[in-house]
Amino acid sequence: MPSAVPAVGLHRITKRFGDVVAVDTVDLEIADGEFFALLGPSGCGKTTTLRLIAGLEFPTTGRLRIFGDEVGTLPPNRRPVNTVFQNYALFPHMTAEENVAFGLRMRKVSKAEIEPRVRDAIALVHMEGMEQRRPDQLSGGQQQRVALARALVNSPKVLLLDEPLGALDLKLREAMQLELKALQREVGITFVFVTHDQGEALAMSDRIGVMDGGRLLQVGTPEEIYARPANRFVADFIGHANLLDGMVTGPDQVTLTNGITIAAPSNIQPGGHVAVTLRPEQALLHPWGGAPEHHTSVDGQVEQVTYLGNALIYRVSFQWMHIDVRSENRPGGDPVSAGDEVTVSWEPSSVAVVQD
Amino acid sequence: MIGGTARPGSVTAWALSGTAWVVYAFFYAPIVLLVVFSFSDDRNVGRWGGFTLSWYEQFIDHSQLQNSLWVSIRVALLSTAISVVLGTLAALALERFRFRGQRVFDALLYLPIIIPDVTMAVMMLLFFSEGIRIAELLFGLDLTKGFTTITISHIAFNISFVSVVVRARLSGMNEQLEEAALDLYANRWRSFRYVTLPQIAPGIAGGALLALTLSLDDVVVTQFASGPGSTTLPVFVFGMIRRGVTPLINAVSVVMLAASIVLVILSLVTQRLRTGETGRSLGDRPRRRSDSSV
Ligand SMILES: Nc1ncnc2c1ncn2[C@@H]1O[C@H](COP(=O)(O)OP(=O)(O)O)[C@@H](O)[C@H]1O
Ligand SMILES: [Mg+2]
Repeated sequence: MPSAVPAVGLHRITKRFGDVVAVDTVDLEIADGEFFALLGPSGCGKTTTLRLIAGLEFPTTGRLRIFGDEVGTLPPNRRPVNTVFQNYALFPHMTAEENVAFGLRMRKVSKAEIEPRVRDAIALVHMEGMEQRRPDQLSGGQQQRVALARALVNSPKVLLLDEPLGALDLKLREAMQLELKALQREVGITFVFVTHDQGEALAMSDRIGVMDGGRLLQVGTPEEIYARPANRFVADFIGHANLLDGMVTGPDQVTLTNGITIAAPSNIQPGGHVAVTLRPEQALLHPWGGAPEHHTSVDGQVEQVTYLGNALIYRVSFQWMHIDVRSENRPGGDPVSAGDEVTVSWEPSSVAVVQD
Repeated sequence: MIGGTARPGSVTAWALSGTAWVVYAFFYAPIVLLVVFSFSDDRNVGRWGGFTLSWYEQFIDHSQLQNSLWVSIRVALLSTAISVVLGTLAALALERFRFRGQRVFDALLYLPIIIPDVTMAVMMLLFFSEGIRIAELLFGLDLTKGFTTITISHIAFNISFVSVVVRARLSGMNEQLEEAALDLYANRWRSFRYVTLPQIAPGIAGGALLALTLSLDDVVVTQFASGPGSTTLPVFVFGMIRRGVTPLINAVSVVMLAASIVLVILSLVTQRLRTGETGRSLGDRPRRRSDSSV
């Protein structure tokens, strides 16, 4: 049974390095058993947040709890968490097996107990037969597995992973995403996973926290973050989005900077500068004037067609603005090419209005 | 011809290989002569008088030479042991911690490497002549010049060399390894003992061999720090030369040369360990060999 107490609780945590504010008044609760991703561009403070939880940094201000216990000033060796470091940080002078056994040895677990636990951990990450190899005799993917086993063997209450797939090539990374997710379900440990890859975060996480400039901008499920971005940065960072700048000019109505007024529900006061976000796959392309009744639509001209293999991206310009429309590449249907006059439409509920 | 590599048989090739031979001759002819005449049965160095081992027998029987050899070895071992500990600690302090006055400490630590031997020697002389008086006054210590003062002066210059070598090794080490150890429930001491120390061990061994060699070779500083009772082998030999050169000097030199060669070979072996086993650039991206095997 997952505990009702949050696995990790950050309460107004700030971390400064001299003048740099690496983490800026972050409030965050991560539930027991959750696969939580911290997502953001490089330098946004993800690693620092993770190191604060690990105890490798101490907060400048704020409070940090792990399963309800105040741990803000405890050293790393007295916290029930373990870390998979960005470049694995395996001990080069030890074999894979010795690396995995290290944490148990340091906690003075008896030899009789260490042996089966190390064996189980190595089996968990499918590294049987590699026990006697040193890190430099292992591939990147294998080192990654040893690093995972080295952390998991200690049965931490929370596992912290800093861009663990960042050094792997694409194919392997995709395979490891699935495997890591399955592993997390199997062991039932809370995972806090740092990544700058939004696709990875969407694919793997129960919830995502989006960071920028040290601040936590939005926390939510992948669906929430994708469909209801909290601000312009999140909308732009997650997936591909059309961002149409404008101003709220009435209830549920936005006038775009090119003068066209469209329906866009929001609770922002009239006069507010906003951007209407529309995902390319939510927009539909029709022959001129062929939009369904209840849709919001604009008329324009196809400017460019980009072939993606499984899909096509049509860039449609309308009054100095443009919208990208993504349509699956299916046989049949009228071919549309650059220069054609078209109408773009979408369900009114599929747009989100965001502020900066 | 690309990049100026000489064609075999060309004039350039002849000139280059000729030069190489001359340089080798320049290096090794004196050594060969030294070794050859240490077996010559004639009092005059440079005149061959038939083969003998008598100069080596004299060396073994010469109580003053034996005494100074013994002093040399003891000074070398003790000063190396102490400077390895202190030098490593200094290196750790400079690489891993930030403290007030660090820059100054850093600069001062390297001073013994760059100041001339003679200056160092005079410093030591002054230090000991004052130090002995103060030590006697304050602690009742008996610090007459001899074994103790020689050892202290050797420690003084060896610390610098050891810390330079160890620091180079430390700065090449991935600091995240220590963090990983802390994360895996090691305290600071155990993280040092099980992670840092094995990583810098080749550096420490290299530093120790360097210290040993420097201590065994030193003449200038030792001359100022040694007293009438005890002195090291190189200083004693230096004194003997002034009284006239016999092949006995050659025999002693050959023994010293042999010792140096052994040390050099040992240091090469540790170098190999350094590059072979643990000395990779640890901060690098892990190498991929067979990622597809996953
Ligand atoms: N030890 C440090 N000293 C000074 N500045 C640091 C330190 N660690 C991180 N920073 C700064 O804090 C900010 C956040 O860094 P980091 O948490 O590593 O970002 P991310 O992991 O998201 O790329 C960056 O501007 C970085 O330069
Ligand atoms: Mg980072």
